[in-house]
Amino acid sequence: MTSTSLAYFSNGAIYACLAIFTIAFLSHAIEVSWSVRNVEGHDRTEFDFEKTARVGRIGTAMMILGFAVLMVAVVTRGLSAHRVPWGNMYEFSITGALMLTAAYLFAFAKYKVRWLGLPVSISVLLTLGTAITVLYRPSAPLVPALKSPWLAIHVLAAIISGGVFLVANLVAATFLIMERYELKGGRPQWASKIPSLENLDQLSYRLIAFVFPLWTFAVIAGAIWAESAWGKYWSWDPKETWAFITWVAYAAYLHARVTVGWRGRRAAWLCIFAGSTFLFNYIWVNIWGTGLHTYSGL
Amino acid sequence: MGADYQLTTRLDLQFCAGGLMEQNEIQRPNIGVIGMLRWAWRQLTSMRTALILLMLLGVAAIPGSLFPQRSQNPQKVDSYFTSDPTLAKWMDRLHLFNVYASPWFSAIYLLLFISLIGCVLPRTVSHLRAIAKKPPLTPRNLDRMEGYRIVSTDQERALDISQQWLKSHRFRIRREGNSISAEKGYSRETGNLLFHLSLILILVGVALGGLLGMKGEAILNVGDRFINTPTSYDNISYGKFQGQGSLVPFSLTVKNFVASYVPTTGQPSNYVLTTDISAPIGITAKEVVIKVNKPWTSGSTKVYLQANGYSPVVTVRDKSGHITFQGAVIFLPQDANLSSLGAIKIPDMTPQIGFIASFIPTATSSAARGIFSTYPEVLDPRLVLSAWKGNLGLDSGTPQSVYSLNTSKMTKIGLKALTLGSTYDFGAGSITFDGWKAWVNLQIVDDPGKMYALYGAIFAILGLLISLFTRQRRIWIKVGDDVEIAGLAKNGIPGLEEELIALARALEEVRGDNK
Repeated sequence: MTSTSLAYFSNGAIYACLAIFTIAFLSHAIEVSWSVRNVEGHDRTEFDFEKTARVGRIGTAMMILGFAVLMVAVVTRGLSAHRVPWGNMYEFSITGALMLTAAYLFAFAKYKVRWLGLPVSISVLLTLGTAITVLYRPSAPLVPALKSPWLAIHVLAAIISGGVFLVANLVAATFLIMERYELKGGRPQWASKIPSLENLDQLSYRLIAFVFPLWTFAVIAGAIWAESAWGKYWSWDPKETWAFITWVAYAAYLHARVTVGWRGRRAAWLCIFAGSTFLFNYIWVNIWGTGLHTYSGL
Repeated sequence: MGADYQLTTRLDLQFCAGGLMEQNEIQRPNIGVIGMLRWAWRQLTSMRTALILLMLLGVAAIPGSLFPQRSQNPQKVDSYFTSDPTLAKWMDRLHLFNVYASPWFSAIYLLLFISLIGCVLPRTVSHLRAIAKKPPLTPRNLDRMEGYRIVSTDQERALDISQQWLKSHRFRIRREGNSISAEKGYSRETGNLLFHLSLILILVGVALGGLLGMKGEAILNVGDRFINTPTSYDNISYGKFQGQGSLVPFSLTVKNFVASYVPTTGQPSNYVLTTDISAPIGITAKEVVIKVNKPWTSGSTKVYLQANGYSPVVTVRDKSGHITFQGAVIFLPQDANLSSLGAIKIPDMTPQIGFIASFIPTATSSAARGIFSTYPEVLDPRLVLSAWKGNLGLDSGTPQSVYSLNTSKMTKIGLKALTLGSTYDFGAGSITFDGWKAWVNLQIVDDPGKMYALYGAIFAILGLLISLFTRQRRIWIKVGDDVEIAGLAKNGIPGLEEELIALARALEEVRGDNK
């Protein structure tokens, strides 16, 4: 196939993904809503996931299919331009959606957390939808500053770290919501499958402890690359500054946790704050920021 | 959970000069000057202070990303001064245009590093001592510890079996009387200390670069020769302790520069600069290709290709046909399609002549925009001139930009768009658009500290990986009325429970053998 037809093929695959993830989203929504039933003699409802297990399995099948098609879309996008598919914000976004799906499928295989499929499929849909409509740019070669082996290393490390930070944020947010329920007198039925508060707390900590060295590496790889492209390994460009702020925020989180003994609510809020600095960097600095990291193509 | 974590925290804090525990015990009464200093030192090196400083550092970095910084975007800083001088002056007083070199930002990170050193050095000493020493004695009451259990086994052989098991699992063992205390995973603290010491090394590298480094820029037309002396630079800045005589001696001739673009979008795809470099000056020149991600290196000095543009070549003649100026004039690119703006100044004519000019590489015109460029490569060039006569103001003493014309003492005499090879007669003389040259902006940087920063970064990651992925834990076995075992994990990574179960099984098997 020629470059152009590969690029069109990739776009087609993204549209197919939109359809597949919509079905996945609907299946997960039906799984949750159809399993509601009234408790006899009481004025409350409970969930019976047994009843809707088949719809849930369809949802999971769609998530797996969506992952495969999205993988094809990302790979053909890269092939069409003869390079790694991380040259502009459209490509970062579709790769990010792929990583999020992968993280979900991994978590599903290991912890059987099918309920997460609902927020994950809607997040993937929103990301892909925004990517193909607002962020889309035709497939093209890289600008000279991006022509470096560090592109693959630095960007991959940053994307993986970002994906894990976001999952940790989701877990921390879940912790806060569940804690609120428990303080008010118990979880609702639908939340009965969600792990205990202590496990959620531990999970977000472990995700961050696992990925913090990778994020450190991403920042350092960026500095090494900056040294060879711009002549200075650190120039306080807005993106660098925010990467540094994110690093400092997670370093503070780890210290607060390991040394000072923060747990639970305070740790969860600090985790969400640190994750927000990453999101801010990705969205605000890419689109409205100035500086040397202006590769969004917008 | 609560009790264990208290113990864990205590283990961590006992090395630090002032932990949370000590803070509650601060005594107010007469402590004298030395007492005050000691108190201040304890405050500074406490974990809580370090944490606050760390967060403060993150917050303090924010304004530098919101306001333009002098080191990155001086033009934008100037625009703040023109649009609202009073506000800009106050922002400048607060160092908001120079955040990362400001006293308040420096104060935060210097305090943080002093706090770090004050915490890490004593910890290093006690860690080294701990490695040399045996594990601490078995605590009296094991039942308060993690994974406490009573094992049914042969009481006489229990300690021997345990010792063997612990040895084969590479624990450090201290056997005293009727108990064994064993510890493993000292590398966690080693990694932790390595990480923090590496951060200090990074700071040293950054400081060395700032004090002993140098950075400069020079714009060269294709064909020009650059000799690495201070006068060859368009701008140059030195570190605090760097003299002018310290530049690496080399000369560089720009032989060729090729910029390639994507035909459909005009987006640049490749820049290739070919040079002849003799280093040191005098030896036979060697051809060197410099690209955006491929600088030329000599020792700690590097030459980078930073930007490029066009210099139109013109010939200016006076009324009698005498050449008063001939050559390439560097213009500055204004947009992605390299429409470039510049000034041509002819002081040697009476009256003096000046041109404000734009060079359009691939010209198209429309009623709304006039003449503009549609592609960054030179395919159909125009030189659009507005001619002025009068006093250029070059003798006034105030420095002038070579890219703009001060028209306050001049009058406009005409406007003309020239195609390649054509001539414009402006009355007092004529100007011919002969051709163009490409120019490149070279950035020359000497940073003797960056290798230290790099080593620091590598060791930091190594230390981080070791400290986050190894477990430090203690296991105790005590033989009294029963055989008791228990443990203590220093960080939250699970696995201690499994180890205790394995040890218990090893002990219980012995009992099975005896029967």
